[in-house]
Amino acid sequence: MRHTISLLVENRFGVLARIAGLFSGRGFNIDSLAVGETQDPSISRMTIVVRGDDQILEQVKKQMNKLIDVIKVQDFAPGESIQRELILVKVNATQKTRPDIMQIVDIFRAKIVEVTANSVTIEVTGSDEKVSSLLDLVKPFGIKDISRTGKIAMSRK
Amino acid sequence: MSMTGAAMVIECFKKEKVEVLFGYPGGTVIDIFDELTKSKVQFFLTRHEQGAIHAADGYARSTGKIGVCIATSGPGATNLVTGLATASMDSIPIVAITGQVSTAMIGNDAFQEADVTGITRPVTKHNYLVKDANELPRILKEAFYIAFSGRPGPVVIDIPKNVQQSIIDLPYPDSVAIRSYKPTYEGHIRQIKKVASAISASKKPLIYSGGGVIISGASNELTELARKARIPVTTTLMGLGAFPETDELSVEMLGMHGTAYANFAVQETDLLIAIGARFDDRITGTLSTFAPHAKVIHIDIDPTAIRKNVKVDIPVVGDVKKVLKVLNTMIEPADSSDWLKHISALKKKNPLSYKKSKTVIKPQEVVEEIYDLTGGDAIVCTEVGQNQMWAAQFFKYSKPRTFLSSGGLGTMGYGFPAAIGAQIGNPGKLVFDIAGDGSIQMNIQELATAVINDLPVKVIILNNGYLGMVRQWQELFYEKRYSGTCLSRGKVCPKGCDGRPNDKCPANYIPDFVKVAEAYGAIGKRVVKPGDLRPVLKEIIKVKKPVFLDVKVSPEENVFPMVPAGASLNQMIGGLA
Repeated sequence: MRHTISLLVENRFGVLARIAGLFSGRGFNIDSLAVGETQDPSISRMTIVVRGDDQILEQVKKQMNKLIDVIKVQDFAPGESIQRELILVKVNATQKTRPDIMQIVDIFRAKIVEVTANSVTIEVTGSDEKVSSLLDLVKPFGIKDISRTGKIAMSRK
Repeated sequence: MSMTGAAMVIECFKKEKVEVLFGYPGGTVIDIFDELTKSKVQFFLTRHEQGAIHAADGYARSTGKIGVCIATSGPGATNLVTGLATASMDSIPIVAITGQVSTAMIGNDAFQEADVTGITRPVTKHNYLVKDANELPRILKEAFYIAFSGRPGPVVIDIPKNVQQSIIDLPYPDSVAIRSYKPTYEGHIRQIKKVASAISASKKPLIYSGGGVIISGASNELTELARKARIPVTTTLMGLGAFPETDELSVEMLGMHGTAYANFAVQETDLLIAIGARFDDRITGTLSTFAPHAKVIHIDIDPTAIRKNVKVDIPVVGDVKKVLKVLNTMIEPADSSDWLKHISALKKKNPLSYKKSKTVIKPQEVVEEIYDLTGGDAIVCTEVGQNQMWAAQFFKYSKPRTFLSSGGLGTMGYGFPAAIGAQIGNPGKLVFDIAGDGSIQMNIQELATAVINDLPVKVIILNNGYLGMVRQWQELFYEKRYSGTCLSRGKVCPKGCDGRPNDKCPANYIPDFVKVAEAYGAIGKRVVKPGDLRPVLKEIIKVKKPVFLDVKVSPEENVFPMVPAGASLNQMIGGLA
């Protein structure tokens, strides 16, 4: 099952490697990982999306809690958190196709952040479903490049 | 008061009451060694960094204090890795200080540079790279606190040379505050009450006690619980000595090479009370059939140990000693008299056994004789393999911190340096290392440390000419193809030799352990005939010098009983009546 794990950790070097080691040592691939400072600059929040056996992940979470630099670990159940990801996607565009792309961008309340003679770069933020349907729609134009921040999450409460 | 980083390390030793330091110098720790000359700490130079950390480990296990060791950057630090992993698996408090190249050179492949925090991350409880000298006092304080508190473990502090040379204007802190690390010591009272009522409702309770009882210093509390509630006790390898094996309630060790009656008891119990243990695979056998009739109670300070392998009905997170103290105030005897009668019948029916011989010494009788001659009053260290299991089975341990063995990692070469550390921590005590002829050669260089420091450690080499435990598996499960396990195999051997003893085997065993001992200035002796064993053991026990006793034992003796890999605990082979 896919898990979105949110951690509060000390904002120090080496912490990321300790967390990553708990996955790599078990042969788990991390789907996405985002890290940034919180309102307290000495604390960072990490959001990790990972797939794996529930029981093994349970053990990983316990071991995260055991790490000296980890302050809090949360594994969000579906619907329990607000989740967002920012994506930049560069799509092939000619003078002819550009209006169609712009219309899709409008519908999704995305933004065009760069235009060249043969491409447009779209910035889109949102949930999994929103992002993947936008990507599905622009795919026929030809996607040249994608860069994604990885998911970030916050408890609804 | 300002001082250098190196002086701060020594100040830390003083404040943390470090009496003994094991280690090996090198370019990046010269500054600390220089300050050491002004300190009261007793320094022991081992002949290999691995020897230093195992000695610190043996010192820690036998005394209950923190073991401290020091090594230089690069190879010095990488040589500590096996010792760190050994201590980590067995939850032994160690602080290891390593030198590092100067901060400006880190990451540039400098001479004797290694990413020590990277390499040691998975085998330590925590580690530090000190990049700013002003952080050193706090880090030193935290390291000692982390190593010793909660579930203990090894902590590495990697200190660059320029940090050691920097001037620090801060004092060594008196206290430590780590917001993200707060071990739970007090068990939840409601959970403890549940444990008490489960015990009084049980007809066939069994205590399964592990190394945590020894670490927590809870032997008395455990003994009180067992006697008050009339519950039989089995211990793990790590738990040997926590409960007297001579007590009628003891069923001794369980698991792969545990006693038959301990394993039968686990399979029959209706209430398994795990205390400071972690349900290791060498204990449980096949998980799906482990303790099939039991409700499981698990008392442990480490929440990650709970429900890791086995479903637990009543978990109690807390320090074993504190939890047992509370539990003992509310405990009532279980109605276990039929169960105890049954256990005692199991013990009579399936004792640990082996066949004695008139012509060749049996390894088990060597251990038995040592037990008999010392009355059990000794510290026994082991290497890893058959020697370890026989030392566990045939010596009856009745005090904590008297059996030192690498349980989790299974580190060959652990026993001898650990014995050195134990002897340093316990002057005047009789210290043995029960070794195999394979294992002893992994840290044999520490003979110099033992001799030079006048440490009368007694090394008993159960010499069967094989890497015996692997050979045993090959005999039982690989149709006796002794591949790579014959220690005499060499150029003179016929090409297709399958490693079994035959008339073409080389006559001389290499090395001659007696001569090795003598070359180092220790006492070397050899026994071959069963009749000579007891007199020679008697003699070496009296000697106040390090001894290597080379005991030629039957080459193909096996450790029984044995739960084969993938079997249930009651499916033991060998040694059953």
